[in-house]
Amino acid sequence: MKIGVKILPKNEVLDSQGRAVEDTLRHHGQTLSGCRVGRYVVLDLNESEKSRAIARATEICEFVLFNPLSETYELEVLEGQAHA
Amino acid sequence: MKPIGVVRFLGTNCDQDVYDAVAAVGLTPKWIWHEDQFEVRDVAALVLPGGFSYGDYLRSGALAARAPVMKSVGEAARFGTPILGICNGFQILCEAHLLPGVLLRNNSLRFRDGWVELRKSSEAPAFRDVKASVRLPIAHGDGRYYIDEDQVKRLFDDDRVWWQYEQNPNGSLENIAGVMNEAKNVAGLMPHPERAMFGYSGGTDGRAFFSSLLALA
Repeated sequence: MKIGVKILPKNEVLDSQGRAVEDTLRHHGQTLSGCRVGRYVVLDLNESEKSRAIARATEICEFVLFNPLSETYELEVLEGQAHA
Repeated sequence: MKPIGVVRFLGTNCDQDVYDAVAAVGLTPKWIWHEDQFEVRDVAALVLPGGFSYGDYLRSGALAARAPVMKSVGEAARFGTPILGICNGFQILCEAHLLPGVLLRNNSLRFRDGWVELRKSSEAPAFRDVKASVRLPIAHGDGRYYIDEDQVKRLFDDDRVWWQYEQNPNGSLENIAGVMNEAKNVAGLMPHPERAMFGYSGGTDGRAFFSSLLALA
C-alpha cells in the first residue's frame, strides 16, 4: 500500500519559497492571496492493511519526515490513484 | 591529552578546516566517521563542522541527525562533553533535538556569504575565552533561526541565546546566530570560526573558539 505524505510549512512560519513564487505569479498578472511551498513524499510500505500502513507512515513522519516546529503533515492512502 | 573529535558525515565540507583549526591551537584532532560510535570518555570535546550533509535533502541536517554516530553524540551531550556545531553542524544538532529550534531557508532566499559582526548574548562555559563581540564569516542558505514565541522567550530567560547578529543576514528570529542546550555544554552557531584563524584569512576572532578547549583537553 502506498501512502502519500503532504508536508507544508506552518501558517505562522514565513515561507520564503512560497513568497517568492507568489511574487512571480503577481508579476505575471495572477491575483492570489497566498502561495505556500511544501513537499510530497510517497511511501510504498508493503502493507495490505490500511490501519497498519497509516500507523507505520505516522511513525516515519514523526521520526524524520517533518519538523513539528516549522511544518505540518497530512497522510493519504494512494490506492487506485495516479501515484499508486 | 584527550583528542577533540571532529565528526564527518557524507557531504560535510568544512571538516579539514576544523581539523586544522583544532591542531593550530595545540589540541589533538581526531576524525569520527558518521557510521561509527565512540566511547564518550575518549574525547575532550566534539565539533560537528559545516557543509551540506546528505545534500541538505529533506531538511538541512535532518538525515545526518539520524546517523549512527549521533547515538554517541547524544550520550556525550548528556555526559557533559562540550559539543560545538558549526553551520550545518548546528542544523544537525537542532534536528537531533540536542539544541532547540530549527534553521529555515534565508528570508532573502539567497545563499549569504560574507563577514558578520556578532555580539555574545550569554556565556557558553566551554568557550568562555571568546570575546564579547566578534567578526566571523558566514556561508549558508538555511540560516534563519526559528522557534515558537514562548520558547524564544524561555531561551533568553535561561541565558541560552549564545550569539546574536549585529545586522541580521537571514531573517533569524531575534537576530539569533547561536544557541545552547539547557546544560550549556552543547552550543551551535551559523558563522564559521574555523575560517577566522589567521590574519591572511581576514580575521582571527575564530581562534578562541578552539583555544578555549585547551582548558579541558
